[in-house]
Amino acid sequence: MTDIASPAVRISTRPASAKRDIGIKRRYAAERRFRAYGIGAISLGLFFLALLLWTVFSNGYTAFQQTTITLPIEFTEKVIDPKGERTTDGKVLMTANYPLLVRDALIKQLGIDASKRPLVKQATDMVSASSRTLLRDIVVADPSVIGKTIPVTLLAEANVDSAFKGQIDLKVEESKRKVKDQQVTWMNELASAGVLKKSFNTGIFTFGASSRPEAAGVGVAALGSLFMMLIVLVLSLPIGVAASIYLEEFAPKNRLTDLIEVNINNLAAVPSIVYGLLGLAVFINFAGMPRSAAVVGGLVLTLMTLPTIIIATRAALKAVPPSIRSAALGLGASKMQTIFHHVLPLAMPGILTGTIIGLAHALGETAPLLLIGMVAFVVDYPGSPMEPSTALPVQIYMWANEAERAFVERTSGAIIILLIFLVVMNLGAILLRRRFERRW
Amino acid sequence: MSTSFLLLLIVLIGFISYFAGRARSFAQAGGKLSNLHSLPGYHGSYVAIWAILPAALVLGAWLVAAPVYIDSSTRAVLPEAVQAQGGATVELALGQVKSVAGGLNRLTAEEVQALESGSANLRSTLAAKGVALAGEGEPYMITAAQHFNAMTVTNRWLMSAVVLLIAIAGGVYAIRNIATRFRARNQVERVMLGALIVASSIAILTTVGIIASMLSEAGRFFTMVSPFEFFFGTVWDPRFAAAGSGGASGQFGLIPLLAGTLYIAFVAMLFAVPIGLFAAIYMAEYASPRLRSTAKPLLEVLAGIPTIVYGFFALVTVGPFLRDISAQLNGLVTGNYQNFIQAQSVLTAGIVMGIMLIPFVSSLSDDIITQVPRALRDGSLGLGATRSETVKKVILPAALPGIVGALLLTASRAVGETMIVVLAAGVAARMQINPFEPMTTVTVKIVNQLTGDLEFTSPQTLVAFALGITLFVITLGLNIYALYIVRKYREQYE
Amino acid sequence: MNIMSEAAVEKALDQKMNTVPYKMIGKDVSVYYGEKRALFDVNLNIRENTVTALIGPSGCGKSTFLRTLNRMNDTIENCRVTGKITLDEDDIYDPTIDVVELRARVGMVFQKPNPFPKSIYDNVAYGPRIHGLARTKAEFDDVVETSLQKAGLWNEVKDRLQEPGTGLSGGQQQRLCIARAVAVSPEVILMDEPCSALDPIATAKVEELIHELRSNFTIVIVTHSMQQAARVSQRTAMFHLGNLVEENDTDKMFTNPDDQRTQDYIMGRFG
Repeated sequence: MTDIASPAVRISTRPASAKRDIGIKRRYAAERRFRAYGIGAISLGLFFLALLLWTVFSNGYTAFQQTTITLPIEFTEKVIDPKGERTTDGKVLMTANYPLLVRDALIKQLGIDASKRPLVKQATDMVSASSRTLLRDIVVADPSVIGKTIPVTLLAEANVDSAFKGQIDLKVEESKRKVKDQQVTWMNELASAGVLKKSFNTGIFTFGASSRPEAAGVGVAALGSLFMMLIVLVLSLPIGVAASIYLEEFAPKNRLTDLIEVNINNLAAVPSIVYGLLGLAVFINFAGMPRSAAVVGGLVLTLMTLPTIIIATRAALKAVPPSIRSAALGLGASKMQTIFHHVLPLAMPGILTGTIIGLAHALGETAPLLLIGMVAFVVDYPGSPMEPSTALPVQIYMWANEAERAFVERTSGAIIILLIFLVVMNLGAILLRRRFERRW
Repeated sequence: MSTSFLLLLIVLIGFISYFAGRARSFAQAGGKLSNLHSLPGYHGSYVAIWAILPAALVLGAWLVAAPVYIDSSTRAVLPEAVQAQGGATVELALGQVKSVAGGLNRLTAEEVQALESGSANLRSTLAAKGVALAGEGEPYMITAAQHFNAMTVTNRWLMSAVVLLIAIAGGVYAIRNIATRFRARNQVERVMLGALIVASSIAILTTVGIIASMLSEAGRFFTMVSPFEFFFGTVWDPRFAAAGSGGASGQFGLIPLLAGTLYIAFVAMLFAVPIGLFAAIYMAEYASPRLRSTAKPLLEVLAGIPTIVYGFFALVTVGPFLRDISAQLNGLVTGNYQNFIQAQSVLTAGIVMGIMLIPFVSSLSDDIITQVPRALRDGSLGLGATRSETVKKVILPAALPGIVGALLLTASRAVGETMIVVLAAGVAARMQINPFEPMTTVTVKIVNQLTGDLEFTSPQTLVAFALGITLFVITLGLNIYALYIVRKYREQYE
Repeated sequence: MNIMSEAAVEKALDQKMNTVPYKMIGKDVSVYYGEKRALFDVNLNIRENTVTALIGPSGCGKSTFLRTLNRMNDTIENCRVTGKITLDEDDIYDPTIDVVELRARVGMVFQKPNPFPKSIYDNVAYGPRIHGLARTKAEFDDVVETSLQKAGLWNEVKDRLQEPGTGLSGGQQQRLCIARAVAVSPEVILMDEPCSALDPIATAKVEELIHELRSNFTIVIVTHSMQQAARVSQRTAMFHLGNLVEENDTDKMFTNPDDQRTQDYIMGRFG
């Protein structure tokens, strides 16, 4: 029906001379380059993240396995208590020559002549020196084992552990590696006999500091961190929320509150090590609190976390619409009632999210703890926050400074544990946000 | 009565007061709550506050003041000969008296008598009870210690009595106030408001504490080493803190540390800024919502990783990698497979710190860029500009002040970062410009000086506070200026 | 003219408004926001058990005046009120007056329905709970039911009292807010454009409700809609630029106002 041929419709034509050169090609090339830079930057960032995590995991996953040697230990009275004084003198059981028991059991297992000293030494070197305390604890706990023979699972020494995990290149010349050919032979022999095997390493979760990698764990440090996190949570959440409520809901807007606002933003950006100096000067030097104690660490981290929590809480309070406040006020609720009955519960998810993120930061913080003496070689679990303790990241720092190969593995293992804690906390924060996110 | 037991008693009185107050208000209301101005719970809380708060305050003040008073009173009993010797000796004697006093409490009456008569040796008697004395101990110490013990006991009883009395009196006073028209809620809320104010003053107190503690300790340092030597000295060689030697034998020059700090921060920024900025631009201007919602949080994971992990990463991966690759390069070019990059070097620390800073730059810049109003963007696109031209010619210039602020904030992070440089930069305080060599930073030296034995009288320890305040001032300056810029920028587009 | 229609009877009753006692008296009320003066010496009295409508173009100060009546202006920083407002015999700006007690006597319903994000039951029970108006579960149940009934919402929600109040429709939400205000048993209810966010059907219901509430409460309503003022109120006050222009019986106001500006506004010449 349309009349295409109608002379009334004319299509303008563009003279060729009017075509301007606006450099489309060149400009699009620039555009593509620009995009490529962006993609490159993001990929580079993600690559570093992947590399970082890969470094940690590839070095660290083996830390969760430990080579053990199970030997039938004969708790002979002749070795443990040659003079029969154990009922009268408590020190006897503590100081007995337990390594001898291990030696005897080992040479019996391997069929070595006890008189060949160098060979015996090589054999006993395969078992961790921590066996002494292990056997001691067994005997002290139950002296009736004396005279009996029971199988005990001992830790393999770190180098044997590494060799058994295949981390030591056995093709290297014997003198240049820490595991000797003879030991490797025994290792394989014991392995095929089922005596030596890899098992899940519970020690890394429960042990304390040790100069021997196979007997070192993060248990003690984790308890120290737990104490500190509890202190941080108990102090910083209520104080932070109270401060935010005052600043957001009550404080008059004037120069002083402006100053506080600037001040809090600044405190959030002060280097963490400065908080360590503050803790050292105020809590330890001035108030006389014990060094290396979790309570001081907790206080320092509390001060460090407060600004984060205050900023998050104020944002959460600000997000509660004013109509809720006027509704409650209009019914005759007082300002306090309005805030505590309505505003605060509605802001709670945001507050908790901020708190968890603040806690996660505090958990990974190392520098201030170094200054207040938490770089300590702590073997035993602290009984209270007042006792010397160390923290998870500080333990990582100390291990990172150790030269041995096996400590690199332990360090990575400890980092994995720390990262898992952080991931769990952050996931919790994300879930909380998802679950309770409210759009007004 | 121990302090914690006393505290428990006060809380108990508080509880009782709460219920008493509630019950009384119920009674006054005649069972009809609407007769009351405030709900019974408020009346209860009002009474409980009166019972607990004054008593707790007095208890706190007492606990602080009493030891001071007892000490000075005990000092006064010391023989004049001791007192004449002045401060340090008196304090030493007082310390001994206190340990004797602690020991006396463990002795039986006969043993004490033996000591008083001089027939038993003080040191050995106490040692048998597990109290080690620093010196031989003098007879006057026993009398002084007994005085001390007597004072302590009296003090305890007096304190308990006074505090409990105040608690009960407070409760009784408050309970008599309760009436139907009594505004208990307003009173309780006033106390709550006070608590809120106290909480928010902690933020201020932290800053005051930081500044005061660092200034006072740094002040003591500057009495031993002149500020001029510290701020303009070019040699850092503090030596070891030898006990007793008051000597300012070491040299405390800040310049090499500051140079290292700024150099490493500069390398880190050189590394982080282009990556972070391009990532931010891409995410703000190009990325699809899906890419943005995955890439952004992933990049931010980098910011959530503890810095000690970065330090470890530098130590086991980046450092050795740079060392080995430099050896390879050197070998390819000169045939000499000698590494020219040290495992611990400015470059290692700079790169790893740069990686840590990428998310700071990208997140902050992303926020800033997305705040540029849409109208500006549309205006440019509507003229036929390509996206990259829009970004370069319109958005970046508009966002520049904000981005500068963001970068300054990032720089302040870099300057204050500790764990990465402790593990990756080295400890040698040197002034040089080769990025492949180790240098050290202010933060590393703070850690070095304060791990191990501390003596708050030696310049070797105190210098850390001088370093700390330098660091604090630098970062504070950067932060205030940056926050000011960012705020201004925000206001401009709000 | 012996047989009067029902409407005419009501009108005649309304004509006798002048005999109804004053519930609230505002004398020389001025409001300042910082330096800016928002209300100029307003003298306006509110009669008991009457619906008083405040009308006027936007920004004329009608909402400001409404908020002075239960001191909601206190929540705005830099806001200062001068003059005197009494409720019965009490000067509500007297320093000894407890503002919370005042607001329990003078309730408020807002422009946008603002139920608490809690259950319907808790929304209504909140006021009685904080004011100690009910103690036992049965008392609370009772207060909730009567309030919802008064707000004409009971039949719609009685089976889902535990569901969140925010899940109701806009009109229901607003009636819930009215029920919430009624539950405190205030003497005066202030309504700040209560229907501006509602559709015509919901508006009609709320207006009907206002009409019923009149027998028990003194109501002051701010409205943008002239028709609404005419429909629900007995007295009308017209504000302009912070001044009270005229206050009169609603009928007179809409037929034969005393002031030229009122006439202009009602005719739609400005606004």
